[in-house]
Amino acid sequence: MLLKVTDLVVDYGAIRALHGISFEVAEGEIVTLIGANGAGKTTTLRALSGLVKPSEGQVWFDNRRIDGKAGHTVTRLGLVQVPEGRKPFSDMTVRENLLLGGFNRSGAEIQAAMERVFQSFPRLKERLKQAAGTLSGGELQMLAMGRGLMAKPRLLMLDEPSMGLSPILVQEIFSIISEINRQGTAILLVEQNAYMALKVAARAYVLEPGRVTLSGPAQELRQDPRVKSAYLGE
Amino acid sequence: MTYFLQQLINGLQLGFVYALIALGYTMVYGIVRLINFAHGDVFMIGAYLGFFAMANWHLPFPVAIVVAMVGCAALGIFIERIAYKPLRNAPRISALITAMGVSLFIENFTNLNFMFGPAPRAYPRPFAIRTFDLGGVSISNIQIIVFTVSILLMVALSLFVSRTKIGRAMRAVSLDKDTARLMGVNVDTMISVTFGIGSALAGAGGVLYGIAYPQIQPLMGIMPGLKAFVAAVLGGIGIIPGAMLGAVIMGVVETFTSAYVSSTLRDAVAFGILILVLLVRPTGLLGKSLSEKV
Repeated sequence: MLLKVTDLVVDYGAIRALHGISFEVAEGEIVTLIGANGAGKTTTLRALSGLVKPSEGQVWFDNRRIDGKAGHTVTRLGLVQVPEGRKPFSDMTVRENLLLGGFNRSGAEIQAAMERVFQSFPRLKERLKQAAGTLSGGELQMLAMGRGLMAKPRLLMLDEPSMGLSPILVQEIFSIISEINRQGTAILLVEQNAYMALKVAARAYVLEPGRVTLSGPAQELRQDPRVKSAYLGE
Repeated sequence: MTYFLQQLINGLQLGFVYALIALGYTMVYGIVRLINFAHGDVFMIGAYLGFFAMANWHLPFPVAIVVAMVGCAALGIFIERIAYKPLRNAPRISALITAMGVSLFIENFTNLNFMFGPAPRAYPRPFAIRTFDLGGVSISNIQIIVFTVSILLMVALSLFVSRTKIGRAMRAVSLDKDTARLMGVNVDTMISVTFGIGSALAGAGGVLYGIAYPQIQPLMGIMPGLKAFVAAVLGGIGIIPGAMLGAVIMGVVETFTSAYVSSTLRDAVAFGILILVLLVRPTGLLGKSLSEKV
């Protein structure tokens, strides 16, 4: 397994946000965590990235134990998070944002990574010298993902990539996600848009306040009556 | 008119020294949102390091500047590690009070006899003073050196922050620490780098101040430190070009007040500017709106 999470517990002060969740992602796989607002999806990603320290449980990435490690070291290992809300460095140009994404890469690697990003997101190439703050919502999502790709992730964690985008853009973003995956990058996708997430993912976990309540192949979960009524509006 | 130009040159000389101090205030504030009140004392230490380098170790002036910069960089990084880093997640007021404590400690510790001692010392003159006459306005070689060194350092800083990878990472940390971490940036390292650079500039400022106003003592950092802080607020705290602009304005206004009004009023005018800025434009001359980004 590329990523293996066991009994992960996260507390915010006295409030327990995750009550011991377990899941895994294989090399080259797309796995999605679906759940409502407040289910703990973002907390899970932040714990994996080292932005919050888990209270209990273990996280293994590429056979290395990474729970409790500092955020910047996790990124270096190839576990890269694209944060919720895109979080561009607004005052900086698109180019500077991308270069920051490749912070731990050498000059030659950065050139190659940038070419790869332009293949997936040709629009970023046109906007290179623009301040990131001037981009549209869809472009910002592309920038956030492009910035993540600059780090040469082995597992790319995407937090709500479809948030606030028009249906056409959502389609486009999801097809790019599939494309990135086809080129060999595993993806852990956190989404409220369960319909789209279950369409691209191979496997899925349903998170309900702090616990994994259902899991299985995405195809099966799409047919599950509980998932249908709670997340697919059917 | 020549009197006006003469005072302008004197004001710029003071303003450039303030700028070297103000940059440290503003960079540190930009990255950890802390007013580092010990910064004026780092400037004082820089002046003393330059003094020892030239008077005791007989090093040439450019080397003395480097000694002061390196020594102050190490001191700044050390202060951050032991005094501010443990308070990184504490309420901001705790760090602010700690900064005042560090400042008082440095001032009183260096005042002890086995350290620098309270007696003022005459700063060594690395070279004879020469003045050049430019149509009635005179400019000394010391002033030329102050201008040249300050401008070189400020240009170098601007290029470093805007063009290099580390400079980019420093800006990223000042904008959004968590996202910077996700990029693989070591936030603690960048904070150390910022303290180091800011303190190095103050150290250079200390040596320039020493040769320009040739007397030093352990409390010499208090006033220039406070005025550089006002300059940083005037230009917009956290904004690097703002600190340079604010400092030049402060130096010139202060010198003009002495020249045209009364030299006893110059400090009152300097701090009057702070009150005025806070009332009229709290974000400073180059600052943007106050609204915090979510």
